[in-house]
Amino acid sequence: MRTSGDSSEEASISATKAVCVPGLNCYSCPGAVGACPIGSLQNSLSGMTFRFPYYVLGLMIFFGALLGRTICGFLCPFGLLQDLLNRIPFPKKIRTFKGDRKLRNLKYLVLIVLVIMVPIFVKLTPAFCKYVCPSGTLSGILLALGDSRLFAVLGGTFFWKLSLLILVILISIMIYRPFCKYICPLGAFYGPFNKVALMKMSCDKSACVDCGACSAVCGMGVDPSEDPNSTECIRCGSCIKTCPAKALGYEFSLRKKEAGDPLDTSA
Amino acid sequence: MTKRTFILAAILLGAAALVVVGVIQGQPGQVLSKAINICLECVGLG
Repeated sequence: MRTSGDSSEEASISATKAVCVPGLNCYSCPGAVGACPIGSLQNSLSGMTFRFPYYVLGLMIFFGALLGRTICGFLCPFGLLQDLLNRIPFPKKIRTFKGDRKLRNLKYLVLIVLVIMVPIFVKLTPAFCKYVCPSGTLSGILLALGDSRLFAVLGGTFFWKLSLLILVILISIMIYRPFCKYICPLGAFYGPFNKVALMKMSCDKSACVDCGACSAVCGMGVDPSEDPNSTECIRCGSCIKTCPAKALGYEFSLRKKEAGDPLDTSA
Repeated sequence: MTKRTFILAAILLGAAALVVVGVIQGQPGQVLSKAINICLECVGLG
């Protein structure tokens, strides 16, 4: 492992780390095979000389245009962790609360302020990575456990981020994917692409019986029968499985799905 | 071509153009040079 500025350690060099993976992962982990898009974006913006991040931004837009928030539902490791935590039985699962809708806007603020503005104006400060990202904290714990030299330099920032990680873990047991809903800047970036992405969902209004089963099962608080391509939808597919009328389905096509369409995936 | 198809095609072409410009400027190398080092500030150490 090689730390920043430490040339005495063997570097975990992999050319694949020149490419960003679509989901949130801490590329500081020597086991990571790809770079984190949010980390790479901040790194590009916070350099001593400002350089527009053509490469990272192009990759992120490409991923978003192809998949939208399907990345959140199927490719993000931290999303998977929250999914698993939410399966832990708890007497009072919270589906929604007063202020839930307004709090969803926090992730856009995180994206604009911590990911974009702070790195631009405060050099060498990837603010989201440094002060918030729980994925990085998980990597830090694993690294520190494996190397006593790193354990010895645990500082205040680590304990602050550890508190955030523990909070996210505990809340994930009660609320479905709280980090994805309220904090994740990557979800904020990919969300608007749901409207135009190649991978999208559709609701056949002629088949829909307005039973409300889809919105009842949706952990993200979306009504798929009304807005199947909501910016909050992570394309988990729970509504498709639940729909008794088979009105909902994925579309991976530029064609508008019609009844009897061979591309119909709602069955 | 529907409106959605046009928008999607424009976005994908724009993304490809950004990636090409970034590659020409050597930005993948910058991403790699950061990614192969452990970012102590990212993991909260130090």
